[in-house]
Amino acid sequence: MEIIELKNIYKTYHIGEIDIPVLKGISMQIKAGELVALMGSSGSGKSTLMNIVGCLDRPTSGEYRLEGQDVGKISSDERAFIRNKKMGFVFQSFNLLPRASAVENVAMPLTYTTDSISDSMARKRAIEMLNRVGLQDRLDHEPSQLSGGQQQRVAIARALINRPPVLFADEPTGNLDSNTSTEVLEMFRQLNRQDKITIVLVTHDMAVAKYADRIIHINDGVIVNELPGQNEAGFSTPVDSMQVDEDV
Amino acid sequence: MKTHRTIKIALQALLRNPMRAMLTTLGIVIGVGAVIAMMEIGNGSSAAIKKSVASMGANTILVRPGTASSGGISFGSGSAMTLTSEDCDAIIRECPSVLTAAPVVRARTQVVYGNRNWVPSSIYGTTPEFLKVRDWTNLSEGEVFSNRDVLNANKVCVLGQTLVRELFEGKSPIGKEIRIKNVSFRVIGVLSVKGANMMGMDQDDTIIAPWTTIKYRVTGSTLDNINQSGSVTASSVNTLSRLYSGDPPNLYPEQSSVQAANNPMPIRFANIDQIMMAAVSTAQIPAVISQITQVLRERHHIRNGEPDDFNIRNMSEMIDTLSSTTKMMTNLLLSVALISLIVGGVGIMNIMLVSVTERTREIGLRMAVGARARDILRQFLVESIVLCLVGGGLGIVLGHGGSKLVNFFLKWPVENSPGAIAAAILVSAGVGIVFGYYPAWRASRLDPIEALRYE
Ligand SMILES: Nc1ncnc2c1ncn2[C@@H]1O[C@H](COP(=O)(O)OP(=O)(O)OP(=O)(O)O)[C@@H](O)[C@H]1O
Ligand SMILES: [Mg+2]
Repeated sequence: MEIIELKNIYKTYHIGEIDIPVLKGISMQIKAGELVALMGSSGSGKSTLMNIVGCLDRPTSGEYRLEGQDVGKISSDERAFIRNKKMGFVFQSFNLLPRASAVENVAMPLTYTTDSISDSMARKRAIEMLNRVGLQDRLDHEPSQLSGGQQQRVAIARALINRPPVLFADEPTGNLDSNTSTEVLEMFRQLNRQDKITIVLVTHDMAVAKYADRIIHINDGVIVNELPGQNEAGFSTPVDSMQVDEDV
Repeated sequence: MKTHRTIKIALQALLRNPMRAMLTTLGIVIGVGAVIAMMEIGNGSSAAIKKSVASMGANTILVRPGTASSGGISFGSGSAMTLTSEDCDAIIRECPSVLTAAPVVRARTQVVYGNRNWVPSSIYGTTPEFLKVRDWTNLSEGEVFSNRDVLNANKVCVLGQTLVRELFEGKSPIGKEIRIKNVSFRVIGVLSVKGANMMGMDQDDTIIAPWTTIKYRVTGSTLDNINQSGSVTASSVNTLSRLYSGDPPNLYPEQSSVQAANNPMPIRFANIDQIMMAAVSTAQIPAVISQITQVLRERHHIRNGEPDDFNIRNMSEMIDTLSSTTKMMTNLLLSVALISLIVGGVGIMNIMLVSVTERTREIGLRMAVGARARDILRQFLVESIVLCLVGGGLGIVLGHGGSKLVNFFLKWPVENSPGAIAAAILVSAGVGIVFGYYPAWRASRLDPIEALRYE
């Protein structure tokens, strides 16, 4: 079952009179439960693509279906709802609220959840999530009192608080040293395996290949090739489902 | 998104920088504080003015007979003999806006005690109700005459403080006999000090006695006595008047007793000089005027279209002047307060814009995890309202405390003003909405990606 379907996605920025085409016809499908790594040189358009699939931005043209729903044409309030309930987003620079505790940071998305829950319930769920990422003894620490890896784990807990089916991560290990990177990547693999969360992550780290089911290479706004990863006991991706668009 | 959570977030955001929040809201604090203090002090003095105006007779209304004229010659206001004490009773009975009313017969003549004499500025023949009308019921000594005294035309009187000073040199006059135009009156009470009225006339230079006594025993006829100071007194006291009589010569032969019996004169009916009454409140004065006009026109059988045979006078012009002065002062203060609130509001707007800029990344993040544009708008609007309400609250405390201090140290009268407090709360919330809206709107229009990338 395809959870994410992109068809011929174009994105063009306009700076004054000049058109800057960044994405030039991206088509791909991601199945539920896959862990996909997006790779490519700097400026190839990975972050732009992530913002589109993360419903933070709209494509200039093309079709994007999330769980079968065409999200390219929905209102910004509906996209806010999807960002809140259907997906989590992990940033390279953590993006935690500076003077709020780990629990408060994790519970923050619940503020915008339509079926609002009580404060104590929200706290309980946030603690549960922090347990899951192994930070049960750092509940009331503020971001400045946490290491980079711990901060990123808080960010992951925040992304998971509404139990979304998909998790996007744009260079989640970009600001971390190799040891902590491995820690965080292990966590992604665990989430993917145990909780069957679909994960799409952008990385420059070749070691990620070890964790991914599939590695998609992007260059200058187009997908150049796809390789199966070495995610042992993971999802075996049949080659015929890959779609490589190189004719644009 | 729950409101209480929005308020919590707003409070947390403000407490992150308490010093700045304090300074930002200072304009509101000062503006609201000034309004509250001014309103409380202003209300206090206006109440004090109202009270003294009332004691000077602001609520009193005077009805005087109209003008009598004969052959084209007018005898001036008050010369018609149309008002009776029954009119007064009817007014008390039939006019709901009249607190009470008293008939008045006036005299101006010499008063003698022992070897001292004095011409009081007013001698009122009236009923006990008179003191209620004048808000003068607490006597300094003795008691007021009763309605029975009025019925029996008893020769008793109540003296004002000036008379006690002039005739008795400050000693107690109770039980003493004074003579008013050679009629002996027993003093049964002394009025409390009242001071000057709004015209500057000494209100303590007064004698009050039953109107029947003054009417039938002292004056005989009102026409001769009103406002003709001492004319009678001079002739009766001056021993030369017997030698050089001031009496006009008789132009016509007098009636003999037989002639008088054949052509009996109609019995003069007991007209009074004026009716004095108090309205239930100052605001009721117009109602009182229309009610007594109706009652008196009916009693005097005046047809529609004919002019009244009486005049009604009141102090409303003076009250209007006073209240318009107060109103002008209040408007002046309110405009000053408004200006300071606008200045305060601009300060709030400024800081909110700074805050939106500073928290651009936070806004982007909140949007990225599912905040809608209206959630962001609401959050910043609530923050600005909370800021203004805190300022307003501090302002109320400050203003109230300030007026209490003024009351304590300067002894100025102050009066609590719940209306002003309610208005201050509403206005500061309003300032928060008006001046917080633009920054909040700007925040809500941010693009999440650009906001997240903002340094
Ligand atoms: N808002 C924008 N306006 C104009 N051009 C933009 C904008 N955002 C991105 N670009 C351009 O789009 C191209 C792709 O940017 P993008 O951030 O997607 O690259 P990336 O693959 O994520 O690179 P990196 O690995 O360094 O993060 C870049 O050339 C960039 O200049
Ligand atoms: Mg990037």
